[in-house]
Amino acid sequence: MTGPNESCAAKSGPKTLYDKIWDAHVAHEDADGTCLLYIDRHLVHEVTSPQAFEGLRLAGRKVHAPGKTIAVPDHNVPTTEGRDKHIDNEESRIQVEALDKNARDFGINYYPVSDIRQGIVHIVGPEQGWTLPGMTVVCGDSHTATHGAFGSLAHGIGTSEVEHVLATQTLIQKKSKNMKVEITGHLRPGVTAKDITLSVIGATGTAGGTGYVIEYCGQAIRDLSMEGRMTVCNMAIEGGARAGLIAPDEKTFAYVMGRPHAPKGAQWEAALTWWKTLYTDEGAHFDKVVTLKGEDIAPVVTWGTSPEDVLPITGTVPAAADFTGGKVDAAQRALDYMGLTPGQKLTDIKIDTVFIGSCTNGRIEDLRAAAAILKGKKIKDGMRAMVVPGSGLVRAQAEEEGLAQIFIDAGFEWRLAGCSMCLAMNPDQLSPGERCAATSNRNFEGRQGRGGRTHLMSPAMAAAAAVTGHLTDVREMM
Amino acid sequence: MDKFTTLTGIAAPMPLVNIDTDMIIPKQFLKTIKRSGLGKNLFDEMRFTQDGKEIPEFVLNQPAYRKAEILVAGDNFGCGSSREHAPWALLDFGIRCVISTSFADIFFSNCFKNGILPVVLPQAAVDHLMDDARKGANARISVDLENQTVTAVDGTSYGFEVDAFKKHCLLNGLDDIGLTLEKAASIDTFEKTAAQSRPWV
Repeated sequence: MTGPNESCAAKSGPKTLYDKIWDAHVAHEDADGTCLLYIDRHLVHEVTSPQAFEGLRLAGRKVHAPGKTIAVPDHNVPTTEGRDKHIDNEESRIQVEALDKNARDFGINYYPVSDIRQGIVHIVGPEQGWTLPGMTVVCGDSHTATHGAFGSLAHGIGTSEVEHVLATQTLIQKKSKNMKVEITGHLRPGVTAKDITLSVIGATGTAGGTGYVIEYCGQAIRDLSMEGRMTVCNMAIEGGARAGLIAPDEKTFAYVMGRPHAPKGAQWEAALTWWKTLYTDEGAHFDKVVTLKGEDIAPVVTWGTSPEDVLPITGTVPAAADFTGGKVDAAQRALDYMGLTPGQKLTDIKIDTVFIGSCTNGRIEDLRAAAAILKGKKIKDGMRAMVVPGSGLVRAQAEEEGLAQIFIDAGFEWRLAGCSMCLAMNPDQLSPGERCAATSNRNFEGRQGRGGRTHLMSPAMAAAAAVTGHLTDVREMM
Repeated sequence: MDKFTTLTGIAAPMPLVNIDTDMIIPKQFLKTIKRSGLGKNLFDEMRFTQDGKEIPEFVLNQPAYRKAEILVAGDNFGCGSSREHAPWALLDFGIRCVISTSFADIFFSNCFKNGILPVVLPQAAVDHLMDDARKGANARISVDLENQTVTAVDGTSYGFEVDAFKKHCLLNGLDDIGLTLEKAASIDTFEKTAAQSRPWV
């Protein structure tokens, strides 16, 4: 078959995976290296797109490639029954109605709340086979990095760039630097993809990846399922990186094959031939390399208000004086906000809310992991716990597998799909002082509701905390 | 978008590291379908109590900084979500320039689309400008995009790097969709070739 388009300035010699995908998508390059990068898939949701569509209308522009544009409402949809008939919050309703209208007016692919395929945009894309290896994928959402698990170059963009992609199917970009994050060896029992990705951020900091595209590799990454790989890439953004990538392999191809928008027949064979060339060449240059031993990674939680505030569950709350530079004040502020005392054991921190879901951990494997801990158990008295599946199809599968019943029997609320309490734009929010064990991706001040306190962790760890009422080492319940 | 050429103005000190986009504009204000009017909710949860009263200690509530046009901020400003509501809120409040040692990638890019100049300077320079900012309204900082300099109160001038294309767009207030559409032929050619080489896309 013919090779993909190559940039005239594509570098010769060994290439990284990022180099290869980049080179295959340069539609135009200026002398200073500013490129027009062609975008294969543009995912759209209701919060960051209305101003972009309005911009198109005002300028009399069309969507350049409606067939490559996929829209789904997820951020502020309620996760309770009846939402397809009526959304109480007026502003939320207006945003969802605006997306309905924009999808119709501009002829783009659309999954409304009434469609069982609706869900979080980063779960729907892979599930429907829109996300394929070697693609460029963008969305007006920072967690677009998720799609990098397929070996596609995927990153978040702002609303002006959403409008730019709608109008031109390209982005004005300069190439980032290459960073390799290698996780060697094997994970120990009770340690998951979430613990990998949080541990990497704990090691590099939230600005450690700024200016880079990360390629995750190593045996522990290879061993992960596609769901786990999506969890790892999802939080590349919390590490500051533009995108996270994992080279596609047989697991990737098996996941993609047969999905509604995956290629079929001869096109599948042609695609596979190219996809199998998507790996980093021996000797390719990385500008930065970080290596962690899989065996050294423990189940972790965050204690503070930045995703870099990561500690093994066996640890204790740090003191501000343990840090240096600007982090001293930030750590003190975090301790005050979180209501924690230095030296306190992490496992002594009591929680009152558990949230299982989000684009980080709202897939079927995540629900299986949580249900495995919860089977035959009850959540702590007074605990508010909810499961928000990442899509209607994940929800249906979990019901079919009997997972939903395990959650319900344990005392969890079993919700409809959406972003929900990850960012609390819908009615699912924390009240001031409430403390949540969350499988989502951000523990910022106010993220889950003003004054709410968030501890990030894996689904199994969140399930364990729901049972005991405090942060818990899941290994003691396995 | 408005041009950015030179600016001499009040700079507000925000030394906290990792100021995220949820702090800059909390999620409840993302439900708008407009770009305007977000300035009143800039830094909402740091600036106002739950019942809407000003928190006097917050820098932008202090008399000296109510008309700030520049922020001098701690490391990794703008981390978190891709919400362009963050620069929209800053701009609507009147902030045209943010100075820090580092910015999160998407926020950095979003600023340039809205006439805001994010300036990256080394720690020592940011520390100097932070000291100036702490002096209040009489200590004005000057920013010159054409010459790529930031000048402190004592006249010390710090050069900064800026991408040539982004600088050009900001100096001239250019809409980059229009610029890209001038290259429509390249996009068309790319699509024709890609239709052959990657027909499954």
